[in-house]
Amino acid sequence: MDPLALPDLLARSARRCPDFPAIEEPPAWSISYRELDLLSDRVRDRLRAIGLARGDRVAILARKSIDAVAALLGAMKAGAASVPIDPHAPAWRAAAILVGCSPRVAVAERALATAVREELATLGAPQPRWLELAGTGGGMALRARLDQEDGIAPAPSAPATVGLEDVAYILHTSGSTGVSKGVVLSHCNILSFVHWCSMAFDPRSDDRFSSHAPLHFDLSVLDLYLPLAHGATVVLIGPEASREPVGLAALIADRRITVWYSAPTALAMLAEFGHLERHEFALRLVLFAGEVFPVKHLRALVERIPGPRFFNLYGPTETNVCTAFEIPVPVPPERTAPYPIGQVCPHLRGRIIDSDGRDVPDGTEGELVISGPNVMQGYWNMPDATARAFLADADGTRWYRTGDVVRREAPSADLVFLGRRDRMVKRRGHRIELGDVEAGLYRHPRVREAAVLARADQDAGIRLRAFLSFIDGPRPTIVEMKSFAAGALPAAMIPDEFVFLDTLPKSPTDKIDYLKLRES
Amino acid sequence: MTAPTPTADHVRAHVRAFILHSCLLGAAPEELLDDTPLVSGGIVDSLATVQLVAELEERYGIAIEPHEAGVAFMDTVRDIVALVMGKL
Repeated sequence: MDPLALPDLLARSARRCPDFPAIEEPPAWSISYRELDLLSDRVRDRLRAIGLARGDRVAILARKSIDAVAALLGAMKAGAASVPIDPHAPAWRAAAILVGCSPRVAVAERALATAVREELATLGAPQPRWLELAGTGGGMALRARLDQEDGIAPAPSAPATVGLEDVAYILHTSGSTGVSKGVVLSHCNILSFVHWCSMAFDPRSDDRFSSHAPLHFDLSVLDLYLPLAHGATVVLIGPEASREPVGLAALIADRRITVWYSAPTALAMLAEFGHLERHEFALRLVLFAGEVFPVKHLRALVERIPGPRFFNLYGPTETNVCTAFEIPVPVPPERTAPYPIGQVCPHLRGRIIDSDGRDVPDGTEGELVISGPNVMQGYWNMPDATARAFLADADGTRWYRTGDVVRREAPSADLVFLGRRDRMVKRRGHRIELGDVEAGLYRHPRVREAAVLARADQDAGIRLRAFLSFIDGPRPTIVEMKSFAAGALPAAMIPDEFVFLDTLPKSPTDKIDYLKLRES
Repeated sequence: MTAPTPTADHVRAHVRAFILHSCLLGAAPEELLDDTPLVSGGIVDSLATVQLVAELEERYGIAIEPHEAGVAFMDTVRDIVALVMGKL
């Protein structure tokens, strides 16, 4: 029988391989498929006993752990949408998400819940029913809490009806304007994505997946549900480990991870600082998504980890992955252009349109729009933003506007990502993609990270400001960087200003944080 | 009363201030040497050259010819100071 909801994937694997490890949580914990199914059943029953109904929301405010994943699954089993919240976000931001989603229940670590409760009280906003955990790790705090509740009043076993169109997740994007939008994903959205992944990557039950991205980030959907669907094992990697490349490389090797998925930044850090030559890896797939992988770091990675297949995946949270490209290895030494994002996944449809919504001819750039079963239902409680995000055909087909500008030279050619619609600026009569300026700066041998911002200046029109960090050793001077840029880039693309930093600020998802740079 | 004729040091300080502010924002002043290649090194682009010429002409009451506004006469701070001093 085809699964109708994400927890069905877990239940199916729990029947097939009950004693196989579903999740490992370093350093010491792991949980089998049977135990994970039972623990998430207990969460479901407790939530139902509290009064949770189909279509409600459950906020999860906890560090990445077996506890947090079991809570996510339990909420979905109860017919609710899981709303994972960044456990490292400031309390006001978590509170804003709770106000927006009005969850009936919040499963939260006590240490994180206190400040958010206070924030809600200050706002005069209603409180969810708080199901507080003393901590996280191995599912023990969650079990203890359920035991405690059961001691007061037992929760009867209460399977719920969950359908394909029920909301599984609400994932909050950071939003370039600072207002966070809740991306509403149905079980159908995610199951269709998992199904495509199964076709594309041929997962096996002896695969060991990394879970590098935080649970509130869309990459985590692949990390969690693809292994669950195939009875494989997922290894949870916390934010502390993610930021320490030497230890992370050792963890990938020691845990025999076979499928890695992350933003390129983490891989670039590994290639550069991870001492990869010290290890033998079991990797067979390295997947990356979320931003452009600077070619020099990708080349270094491919050289230092020979063997796996490397895939560039593309897609916003609103569609999850919608195009894929396998990197041909090795990466030639002379290559500087980023790789294409590839072909639209076969279960989706893509069009490239101009600003009037008409298809552009091949060879012409335009905005990529996507339709198909992966595409989100909309933004939570934001009908205007939802309406703006879609184009509708006469036949009713909804096309999600990615905001990304792409080009394709021929009908069957790979899509080339050219930049964000909102990262294109006009300067001295030239249309400039800020990512191209960054790509030019990355050609400097000492540049480790580059980010370029444009700002309107009443005297000079658009001014470009480049933020750079360097690999260890002597730093170039600003005079040298400016001269280098003049050699590497057309005149209109040479930054007006250079700012040297030890490291560029990162978002919790390890992407360069442009908002923070803009404020600096 | 006429302003005293500027010395080469005045002109040099003025040219350096312009370049550091307009073309090398954030750079330490000591990075800019008298013989740092400005036009050929890509530090002063054509737009900045035009602005610098306009500023020098106005400040010192001189005329810089179009053929002088480029790499041949204005490629270093030293060149620019010599160009201006030769016209005072």
